[in-house]
Amino acid sequence: MQKTPLTDWHAAHGGKMVDFAGWSMPVQYDSIMAEHAAVRCQAGLFDVSHMGRLRFASAAAESVLEGLTTRKIAGTPLGKIRYSLMCNEHGGILDDVLVYRLRELDGGDKFWMVVNASNREKIIAWLQRHDPNNQAGLEDRTFATAMIAVQGPLAVPLVHEMLGADIAGMGYYTGQFVEYRGYPLLVSRTGYTGEDGVELIAPSENAVSLWESILEKGAMAGFRPAGLGARDTLRLEAAMPLYGHELSEELNPAHADLGFAINLKDRQFVGRDAIVAAQNGTGIRRRVGLELEGRRPAREHCPVMMDGQVVGMVTSGTFAPTLQKPIAMAYIDPAYAEVGRLVEVDIRGKLHPATVVKLPFYSRP
Amino acid sequence: MNAEDLKYLESHEWVSVAQQNGQQIATIGISAFAVEQLGDIVHMELPSVGDSVTAGEEFGEVESVKAVSSMYSPVNGEVVEVHSAIVDDLSVLSDDPYEKGWLLKVKVDSLSDGLLDYATYKKQCESH
Repeated sequence: MQKTPLTDWHAAHGGKMVDFAGWSMPVQYDSIMAEHAAVRCQAGLFDVSHMGRLRFASAAAESVLEGLTTRKIAGTPLGKIRYSLMCNEHGGILDDVLVYRLRELDGGDKFWMVVNASNREKIIAWLQRHDPNNQAGLEDRTFATAMIAVQGPLAVPLVHEMLGADIAGMGYYTGQFVEYRGYPLLVSRTGYTGEDGVELIAPSENAVSLWESILEKGAMAGFRPAGLGARDTLRLEAAMPLYGHELSEELNPAHADLGFAINLKDRQFVGRDAIVAAQNGTGIRRRVGLELEGRRPAREHCPVMMDGQVVGMVTSGTFAPTLQKPIAMAYIDPAYAEVGRLVEVDIRGKLHPATVVKLPFYSRP
Repeated sequence: MNAEDLKYLESHEWVSVAQQNGQQIATIGISAFAVEQLGDIVHMELPSVGDSVTAGEEFGEVESVKAVSSMYSPVNGEVVEVHSAIVDDLSVLSDDPYEKGWLLKVKVDSLSDGLLDYATYKKQCESH
């Protein structure tokens, strides 16, 4: 199993370690509920070093990426980050990614990309296939760096003060390199929790000291390490899609209510024709939120039912710690997708009443 | 009940069998180790009085925030009492798993042949 620069730290500090996409990662330290609450009310630290970090050394990256992403990448302003999908020729979603255009400390203007851990090798192979001479200057920086998410209402003020850089003034989905203790640190106003916060990319050798500094400075304010369990409940309350659940190669983005991640106008990219065809075809599904009665959570693959007919499928579900009730995301027939609609969810043979609700389930105050 | 006096399944259910009115009645629950490993338990699905349970087969489910797990019966028999109120206060599972945290009482036809004594079960948990 792969280890992040922080894996040993987690194991030594009570992390319950699991295999996640081939990486040894903490699923929780003591309680998912407590870690979840810390992120909503104070702040939590997540090791997300398992995610793939790719750097593109050449300016040609702009046109290479533009031909492979559903969002318009060409002309991205310096310092801006875009959420995008990458699709195959059939419109199947290969991954959802963040594309960064950054000024590096030496003044260079470079593209970076963060991809899901489970898709890193696939995406690298895909990039190599479409850019066989590596005009884009692709380098896999996953093993040379660590990535730490600091998320919660107290995260930005603390990181702002600690780094002595203007972090509080950064816009959502922007990033910048700062020099911290003599090393380059990439700070972005991004996250996967529905809270304000930052994600930090540091050289591997600096990961433990950075992690411990933030924890130490935030200890009195209630900062705590949080695992993948809380990361999942937080992203689900915030209705953020997760690859392998809401997104997959079997899914065309047009069938999945992912219009916000697609720019078609005056662009050509792999998968475009298949997306346009799907938009004009049948079989459109809507991504909806469901709140279930009682306390029993629906999980992935539970059928959504109406009058004895299957009208959809749950893609993710849990007991929502903030809302204190079971929630789920599902793809369903648009005829049953309006907010307030009553449906049923079949949880292992038993039907449970559920209501279609507005997404996200939780928005920060 | 003392943890030391109970029998266990590898899958972390405990059972205690007592004679009541000439019948063998098994009280069934899940171990402190299981409760700790599951963490943040939010719901349980339990059978109804009159249902039959089969040794080694699922009798219910325990839902934590993280995942759902099956619970397996240590005995063959018929359910005579269900601790349904536990769903409203699942904290008794961690506070008192071997007394107030009981889940089922079953009129026993026979016991599972896979029951472990405390020492063997404890050893299994430690090697986890």
